[in-house]
Amino acid sequence: MSLYSVMDIAGSAMSAQNVRLNTTASNLANANSVASSAGETYKARHPVFAPQLQQALQGGPGQSSMRQSGAVGVQVLGIVESDKPLVMEYAPNHPMADENGYIYKPNVNAMEEMANMMSASRSYQTNVQLADTTKQLLSRTLRMGQQS
Amino acid sequence: MSISIEKGLGIHPHALLARERRAEILASNIVNADTPGYKARDLDFRAALQNAQNRQDFTLERSHSQHYSVTLRGQGDEKFRVPNQPDTGDGNTVDVQVERNLYLRNAMEYQASLAFLNSRISGMNKALTGR
Repeated sequence: MSLYSVMDIAGSAMSAQNVRLNTTASNLANANSVASSAGETYKARHPVFAPQLQQALQGGPGQSSMRQSGAVGVQVLGIVESDKPLVMEYAPNHPMADENGYIYKPNVNAMEEMANMMSASRSYQTNVQLADTTKQLLSRTLRMGQQS
Repeated sequence: MSISIEKGLGIHPHALLARERRAEILASNIVNADTPGYKARDLDFRAALQNAQNRQDFTLERSHSQHYSVTLRGQGDEKFRVPNQPDTGDGNTVDVQVERNLYLRNAMEYQASLAFLNSRISGMNKALTGR
């Protein structure tokens, strides 16, 4: 029954948004992690979302109904590190300063991350609502014909 | 005279199936709201209902385990949506608000079909039991 696959689809999105929230939390937590070389510095991380086309085509029995109708969930393809320039700061008294007196700060933009976090949590809520509505429909369908 | 249960239920089981498919498609739109390059789709309900009634399925034969298993469930009823906003920057055409409203509306229509079906069933029940 294809309403069950709506549950699968909503679930896939919930886990994807979860990954997004996780990376945002990690970015915000490390926004002030100072390092003494560009290589060691934390770089902002972002997940890359993609439709679950591959699974939809190859899918096992669980995905069979999804495969048939062309409805697709979402998956996280991977997590990329931002290649924006790092923030170099001249602070010769800082314990982490390199021989030229510079420290390196992550390229995390706190505003951007906050906006990202809101967007992710709203999307998560939408998906929960989706699963909830589907649950109601399913339970009514299961009670079909039983006189109410 | 024989009673045909299928005829007794009328069009409503087919409508239910078509609405179920639409729920699935709208759900994948909502879910892919943040996926770059995803294009929103919707069901042409008239065509979907006709396909559900005629049950036109085509399954491709698989002679090797690595072949794709493909089932075409009626054709031409899934269409891409015309976006309200021409360019969102990442090629995604999903408008979450629109899709959410459509999903809720579709859920209501699904429940309407269910109610019709229930009343048909109780009608047949009455006819069978005579009470």
